Amino acid sequence: MNDSKTNLLEAPFELSYKYKRSSGPVMSKFFEGLSQKKILGTKSKAQKVFAPAAEYDPETREALTELVEVGPGGTIESWSWINKPRSHHLLQSPFAFALIKLDGADTAMLHMISDCDESDLAAGKKVLPVWSDNPTESITDINYFILET
Amino acid sequence: MSDDQIPKDYKESLIHLEYQYTAGSATTTFLNQVKEGRLVGQACPKCKAVYVPPRGSCPRDGIATSIEVPLTDKGCIESFTVVHIPIPGNPIVPPYVCAMIRLDQADISFLHLVQDIEIDQIRIGMRVQAVWKPKDEWTHSLENIKWFAPIDEPDVDVSTLRFKPS
Repeated sequence: MNDSKTNLLEAPFELSYKYKRSSGPVMSKFFEGLSQKKILGTKSKAQKVFAPAAEYDPETREALTELVEVGPGGTIESWSWINKPRSHHLLQSPFAFALIKLDGADTAMLHMISDCDESDLAAGKKVLPVWSDNPTESITDINYFILET
Repeated sequence: MSDDQIPKDYKESLIHLEYQYTAGSATTTFLNQVKEGRLVGQACPKCKAVYVPPRGSCPRDGIATSIEVPLTDKGCIESFTVVHIPIPGNPIVPPYVCAMIRLDQADISFLHLVQDIEIDQIRIGMRVQAVWKPKDEWTHSLENIKWFAPIDEPDVDVSTLRFKPS
């Protein structure tokens, strides 16, 4: 037996799986909206607005189909500062993952906040999206959010 | 479904994970031998069960499998499945056969390919032997064995393939 830890075999592994999926009738519109610099939510009978768009109200199980535009600005609900982004992160300088409640919405959306210091962030602060110049109908059509000045 | 049949709203998604694998001492020893074209299992000093590939301990007795057991590259098919569905990125073209190969003297089997035979001729208990890649292509991997191929020996009675009793 080889008990010397220094002689153990090691190898880098890469697990990758590409697949195609449908976003469905509601989420398709949400992603289409992003490519047109619009953030869409869905509104329930009780006038609750879910953004990003939700297909069902998790409390009442109501199917949600009425789309409403929210934002584009929003407020920070909570955040997590990423001081040393890793290679798989979309931003390579320090940034925050944040739950952002878009104006007009009752729920928060997870996205990133960049171009700021950790000490600049606080719950309730206003943020604005920075849009991508090359939209692909995906959540990355918003590059990130920045603090409203 | 071919690509042109996929509705417009289908989007390409990607699951991607990079990680560093450390083999551990039992697997390291095993793979160092595999690189030299040898299959070496490990036996439990208590129940004598032979494990290949070895993981370093006997799950039944909970002790280190400290005895090295050189094995032949011959064995039999303990179980198999015919794969008809292509997996994206997999270079092997279906239909092909994955089989649990029980090497002679071993008490467990491992998964490998069976080729050089018509698929409908493959059966449980069939005797097989490893078909190795050319020596200069050997690495620390069971892929040094291209596949297992049938050999002209009588089938094994699968009821004898039980795990060694304690």
